[in-house]
Amino acid sequence: MQSTIGKGPDLAFDTPKLQKHRRMRALKDKIAKQGIAAGGVSVIVAVTLIFFYLLYEVVPLFGSASMEQEHQYAIPGNPAEETVVLAMEEQAEIGLRLTRPGNATFFRTDTGETVVSNSLPIPEGVAITSLNEGSLGSRTLVAGLSDGSVLLFKHDYKVTYPEGTQRVITPGMAYPGGESTIQLAPEGVSLTSVAGRDNDSYRVFIGAGDDGELYGKLFSKSENFLTGEVELSERQLTLPRTNSQIVDVELSPDTRRLMLVTQAGKIEMYNLTNRSKPVLMDTAQIVKGSERITDVRYLLGGFAILVATSEGRVEQWFPVRDDDNNETLERIRGFETEASGVAAMALEERRKGFVMASTDGEVAIFNTTAHRRALMEKVTDQGIVQIAIAPRANYLLVETSDGQLQYWAVDNEHSDVSFSALWEEVWYEGYQEPEYIWQSSAANTDFEPKYSLMPLAFGTLKAAFYAMLLAVPLAICGAIYTAHFMAPAIRRKVKPTIELMEALPTVILGFLAGLFFAPFMEDHLPGVFAVLIILPIAIVAFGFLWANLPKSIRLGVPDGWGPVLLIPVIILVGWFCFAISGQLEIWFFGGNMPLWLTNELGIDYSQRNSLVIGVAMGFAVIPTIFSITEDAVFSVPKHLTFGSLALGATPWQTMTRVILPTASPGIFSAVMIGLGRAVGETMIVLMATGNTPIMDINIFEGMRTLSANIAVEMPESEVGSTHYRILFMAGFVLFLFTFVVNTLAEFVRQRLRNKYSVV
Amino acid sequence: MQISLKEWTRKGDPWVWLNAGAVAISLTAVLGLLLLITVRGLVHFWPHAIVEGEYQLRDSQPVTIVGEIVSDESVPAEQLRDGGYPVPDDVDFMTRYLIKTGNRDVLGSDFRWILSDALTDRRYPEQLFTLERREWGNYYGYLVSVKENGAEVASTASNAEAAVERFMAGVERSLDLYETIHEIEKVKIGSVNYELERLRLEQRRLELEDRLTPEALAEINALREQENARYKVLEQELGELYVQASRDSVVMRGMSGQETEIQLSKIVRAFQPNAMGLGDKLGHYVSKIWEFLSDDPREANTEGGIFPAIYGTVLMVILMAILVTPLGVIAAVYLREYADQGILTRTIRIAVNNLAGVPSIVYGVFGLGFFIYFLGGSIDQLFYPEALPSPTFGTGGLMWASITLAILTLPVVIVATEEGLARIPRTIREGSLALGATKAETLWRVVIPMASPAMMTGVILAIARAAGEVAPLMLVGVVKLAPSLPLDGNYPYLHLDQKFMHLGFHIYDVGFQSPNVEAARPLVYATALLLVIVIAVLNLAAVGIRNHLREKYKALEM
Repeated sequence: MQSTIGKGPDLAFDTPKLQKHRRMRALKDKIAKQGIAAGGVSVIVAVTLIFFYLLYEVVPLFGSASMEQEHQYAIPGNPAEETVVLAMEEQAEIGLRLTRPGNATFFRTDTGETVVSNSLPIPEGVAITSLNEGSLGSRTLVAGLSDGSVLLFKHDYKVTYPEGTQRVITPGMAYPGGESTIQLAPEGVSLTSVAGRDNDSYRVFIGAGDDGELYGKLFSKSENFLTGEVELSERQLTLPRTNSQIVDVELSPDTRRLMLVTQAGKIEMYNLTNRSKPVLMDTAQIVKGSERITDVRYLLGGFAILVATSEGRVEQWFPVRDDDNNETLERIRGFETEASGVAAMALEERRKGFVMASTDGEVAIFNTTAHRRALMEKVTDQGIVQIAIAPRANYLLVETSDGQLQYWAVDNEHSDVSFSALWEEVWYEGYQEPEYIWQSSAANTDFEPKYSLMPLAFGTLKAAFYAMLLAVPLAICGAIYTAHFMAPAIRRKVKPTIELMEALPTVILGFLAGLFFAPFMEDHLPGVFAVLIILPIAIVAFGFLWANLPKSIRLGVPDGWGPVLLIPVIILVGWFCFAISGQLEIWFFGGNMPLWLTNELGIDYSQRNSLVIGVAMGFAVIPTIFSITEDAVFSVPKHLTFGSLALGATPWQTMTRVILPTASPGIFSAVMIGLGRAVGETMIVLMATGNTPIMDINIFEGMRTLSANIAVEMPESEVGSTHYRILFMAGFVLFLFTFVVNTLAEFVRQRLRNKYSVV
Repeated sequence: MQISLKEWTRKGDPWVWLNAGAVAISLTAVLGLLLLITVRGLVHFWPHAIVEGEYQLRDSQPVTIVGEIVSDESVPAEQLRDGGYPVPDDVDFMTRYLIKTGNRDVLGSDFRWILSDALTDRRYPEQLFTLERREWGNYYGYLVSVKENGAEVASTASNAEAAVERFMAGVERSLDLYETIHEIEKVKIGSVNYELERLRLEQRRLELEDRLTPEALAEINALREQENARYKVLEQELGELYVQASRDSVVMRGMSGQETEIQLSKIVRAFQPNAMGLGDKLGHYVSKIWEFLSDDPREANTEGGIFPAIYGTVLMVILMAILVTPLGVIAAVYLREYADQGILTRTIRIAVNNLAGVPSIVYGVFGLGFFIYFLGGSIDQLFYPEALPSPTFGTGGLMWASITLAILTLPVVIVATEEGLARIPRTIREGSLALGATKAETLWRVVIPMASPAMMTGVILAIARAAGEVAPLMLVGVVKLAPSLPLDGNYPYLHLDQKFMHLGFHIYDVGFQSPNVEAARPLVYATALLLVIVIAVLNLAAVGIRNHLREKYKALEM
């Protein structure tokens, strides 16, 4: 070192070592810059992913259906015979064609190659004159024959895996009622129309003969205890006498409701519950003039019927029960077929949907609940003879009049959703009128899902409304006082206390609301209302008394300590109100106010109601609004305040005329952010409401909100199903709502900040 | 009168007082709520006196009631008359007790409402026992006799003191035995089962990959034999222990006079609350709190402790913090130090800010759809085909829960860190740069150390939020009762795919899904108190750090 100094400064900054060092540092700097930029950007991208992922799950709901032709071939079996039934099995690999002389051909749907040919066990020279499908999905059919007899048969498929995972489907015919036909009408009368049902307790056949008569047979089933065999015994079935000429007979799956379609375009609905005395429930005029009913089918569930007419209309009708228990057949909705005639219809087995083939060569897929045409496509220039849809509704078979069979793949996952199904009143099966209902699942498989978001949206807003009703005045007034009037010493304590309230887990608030406050309120309802009325009066009264106290006491407490003085008053008033609550209940409400509300005013009272939510969620929202409002009021420049006071305004005048207008954008944004929080809050509503999706503005009733609905139903919903996507949509709606509201609030706040930077 | 009402009103003072009232109401509500949770949560562990008395409604047969008075309330007599109770005409109110009579196996239910007036001849006999049992809840009654292998060895009729002593010794012994049995069942047999399952999956994996050579199979089978042998030994050991544990039993007489024989192995704790002095009660209190914090839950979570829930919450929060800290800090550093402060960055900042306001359930929906079904499903296909169709990562679990909450709390960390970075004066940065440091060096050596308290604040706030969040967790992996802890002695020790228990969800589940809400309620209050304490401490720590930080920079700016 000594020598270096002696020689004078030898500052060699360019030694190779230092050069390398510098290069390394520059490189590190560069790497850090790139790395942080990459990291930062990817984090931000990851966060925006939420938005896009939610959207990605929701979009398929609104996509339209599509169909694509996969194969076309000449119809299997004898082309000269007329097809009466076309059907497919579960996997849509094997198809069935049944012709009028009773020949059944099972064929591969991809090539048209015949797998098995069968003939129904019907006598020589006898043909099928009418046919009726049993319950959807049962693959059971009833054929009415030209000799007046009926045959019950079923197409059956055995799935085996002979070599590991290779699936082999063996089709065949089965005869649940034996291979012999059952004589329904006298010999020589041919059955122009037939209906048959085969369920656990009954086997019923009803047919209309070409002599204009109705014939029916009823077998009741009983199980032999010893052998376990089912024994049939024929029972008397009295059929209605009618003068009209019957063209079609339809029996509901529970065998209790009979529809007779007449030549004159009417449907007569009978109740067969009493087997010896059919009751005419209603006669409905379906079509007028020269228009004829060409087809009537029971929709999935066996409640509603679809009626197709000669002019190409398809309508849904079902019985509606009025308050006096009378059933009338009502037109529920018609479908836009744009067709000049209906050639054939096929019904979906797992949804309330159907396919219609028009005489113009078009195929259209509809959903009844959603009242939506999912798809319409011209498949041929020829006419269409028959149509079939696979049980999973993913393939179609179309027979055209030029003897060809077309095999179409259908992509139609979410036809049960439409704008009207989500947001408008829908007339559901079994209801008296169109209603908003949310009921996404039930125990039975033929259930009609009710996806109206209105009750949920209503519940969300109702909960938020009551919460804001409590929170906004308390939080804003509190914030005004804290920011402007309160002594700094307590302000430093009060602010963190209220902010701590914000950090309180909502599950705790929900628990207290549901298990402590709700029962407490039910027992002390008059007390709750007494508090609401007496507390403000008591506070003002105390203020006035305080102002009139002798100076010696008044000046003992510094300015801005009001809240500390008021806490004992509030506790006292609260205690007093709840103490006299029982007495009030006895004096005014017959000892039980909730009961009194129900009996005297007709207002239903449920323990976990909107008032409870209002208080509990209001409590959760107060700190949010309080904190932001307090900041806004506090950051109003002091020279404005002082100027106003100096000009002789009272503190309150200064507050209302100077401070509040200046701080109002900030207060607005506070309210918006609070609203966002109230709308999205989950645990409190989940725990402190009954979670029943009802639309009722009654403050003493509960509700179900969008967020609670997600929490309740999401874990059980099937991935990719309509229900699953609708829940995602609820999440997306919440996301968008809060995001937009918060952005608006933030924007307003930024404006405010800029404004003051000028002042 | 110094001031007239009119004058007072004209000045606007009523409004000021109303505003003051709003603050006071909010404060009263917060403090009242905290007080309520604290009192209810803490009282539960105190040994309650057992009352015995004769209960007779006007015309009915008198019955003896034995139990703890849990709460009382005043009911309008009208309501009781409607309910069919015989109430004198001249009273407006009656006091009603909720009595915990226990003995659910004998009486059918734990709780009973009785009218206080009808309970006469109240006494607090010192001989009354409270037995906390593993099944059927508490038992209240008198000790009759102690049995060993079915033969009576002591009875209160002959020598009361000796019988009690004998009984207590028996309880002590059976608790020791229980500990051993528990250790074998949970830990040792648990690890055998785990190992067997691992071998099964190993074999299945080799089979799927077509590499299941006879040698490999033989090896697996050999290992399996080994485990089975281990199991045999344990099973035998366990069998002997069970025989020993079932040796003692005790005959008790309950309030209906009925005698019940109870296996000592079914008893967790036996004490005579009416005979306890203050010191005994304090000791009991402390041991109950310790049990609450350190034990597994019993009886569908309505009794015992909440240790697995604490453990799950802590583990999940730690994982979340490990994930969220680097991500949040990098994003904040990028936004504040590197990105151009243009309109785009401002927009991003607002968007990130607003993400904090998006409902937490939305994050749960995202986590379920994206992480579990999409990512988890793909991971299962790629890495765990041997376990399919039962999902490994394709179902809710610790990892997905932590990631979901990390995304949920990301905005909190970003905002706090950015705020910290913004507070560092320019002069300091410029000083560093002027001395020749590169930007990265400035950042690493000067800026980040100074901003670290802000980051700490952000992370603590994130932890506080995550610890109290329940709604998203319900969708991504929380369960009411997890069979084992997610961190244990079995390789690979930390089971990220496992479902776990959580304090917040515990409150929801026990409070609302429990079959015996009344019995569970005190425990829920205690759990809530614990959660509030944890979160309050975390928040106060964050506030403290923030204030400290502000002081520090105030000095710098001078």
